[in-house]
Amino acid sequence: MQILQAFASLFANFGNLTWQMVVMWAIGALLIYLAIAKKMEPSLLLPMGFGAILVNLPLSGAITQGDTVGPISALFDAGMSNELFPLLLFIGIGAMIDFGPLLEKPWLMLFGAAAQFGIFLTFALAGLVFDMNDAASIAIIGAADGPTAIFVANTLGSKYLGAIMVAAYSYMALVPIVQPPVIRLLTTKHERCIRMPYQKGNVSQVTKILFPVVVTVLAGLIAPASVALVGFLMFGNLLRECGVLNSLSETAQNVLANLITILLGLTVAGQMTADKFVKADTLLILALGLVAFVFDTAGGVLFAKVLNLFLPAGKKINPMIGAAGISAFPMSGRVVNQMGLAEDNQNFLLMYSISVNVSGQIASVIAGGLILTLMGA
Amino acid sequence: MLQFSNLSATLPIMLVGMVGIFLVIGVIILAVYLLNHLFSGNKK
Repeated sequence: MQILQAFASLFANFGNLTWQMVVMWAIGALLIYLAIAKKMEPSLLLPMGFGAILVNLPLSGAITQGDTVGPISALFDAGMSNELFPLLLFIGIGAMIDFGPLLEKPWLMLFGAAAQFGIFLTFALAGLVFDMNDAASIAIIGAADGPTAIFVANTLGSKYLGAIMVAAYSYMALVPIVQPPVIRLLTTKHERCIRMPYQKGNVSQVTKILFPVVVTVLAGLIAPASVALVGFLMFGNLLRECGVLNSLSETAQNVLANLITILLGLTVAGQMTADKFVKADTLLILALGLVAFVFDTAGGVLFAKVLNLFLPAGKKINPMIGAAGISAFPMSGRVVNQMGLAEDNQNFLLMYSISVNVSGQIASVIAGGLILTLMGA
Repeated sequence: MLQFSNLSATLPIMLVGMVGIFLVIGVIILAVYLLNHLFSGNKK
């Protein structure tokens, strides 16, 4: 009898299983499927998917249970609660970005600013349902930039970090599906066919080196809360452009970025426990994230259309490039270029769309800093 | 339950945020034009 009881005790943990945990397994499996089969942000969705299953096993030892600290909880304390992981990832991202084409045509940065409209509109909408800190954290999904979303949500102490991360990375991966209908809705075929001949300009190496320093100082003076975000991004770019630290630049772009990405995905998954995730609020956050992406896109496109009202014939801007200002680098820039080619196979918008896309990266980070400054964080 | 009272706090932040982002980006654009002007002779 005792043997039977001992045998039965091996399966006692089954009694701790809840249907919410099973739902999380399904969500984890879906993320893994999207990562592998659809190649949607696999470097993040795969660790997040696996992690979602890992932390939703009953009494999972991967997360803290009572006094026993789990490794994923320890990682959260070590790298997320102090925003270290997203900031380190920003060094890698900064090292990957070539701001050269943008520096040739700095006015393109205006589209990056316009395409942050979805963040602020979503903030107002989310504020109708959520408290202010959570509303701001949800709105920053519209930054289309995972590290910024993590940084802001974490700094504001949002309890919806897991859902915000899933929404941010999912929509970034879904840019080719989300953006084209919005762009088509807001533009005519004639506008989509506007050609923008690209004339390469010259940017000195001194300018490329000074740019990250100047941006850090200016952004820091105006929005001090953005200093960490902007500073780490720009430090990575300085490694790239200084010309004497190529090995560090390559390490930041590859080894550092990959290592942090692995840890980041798993750590975010630690916030995807069933008790925090299987809620009606999660669906609402996903819906608001979509609103943010749609209105970011609309903001960029409509801003270009407004500029066109003042520009002479022959100097008109193809309003589609405004949509690339949402960050989500480089997918958004590529999507806009492909849409241009689909309308006119000689309409090459890539240099403009990628430049606007890069400016969106800067603008989204600054928007995150502004949100934090305005929220008094 | 929709909390319409929050609009009195969120709408000003929305306005200041959008103006702020254009302001910061505008200053950065001017700085880049200045850098390009100052160092245009030192081509890569």
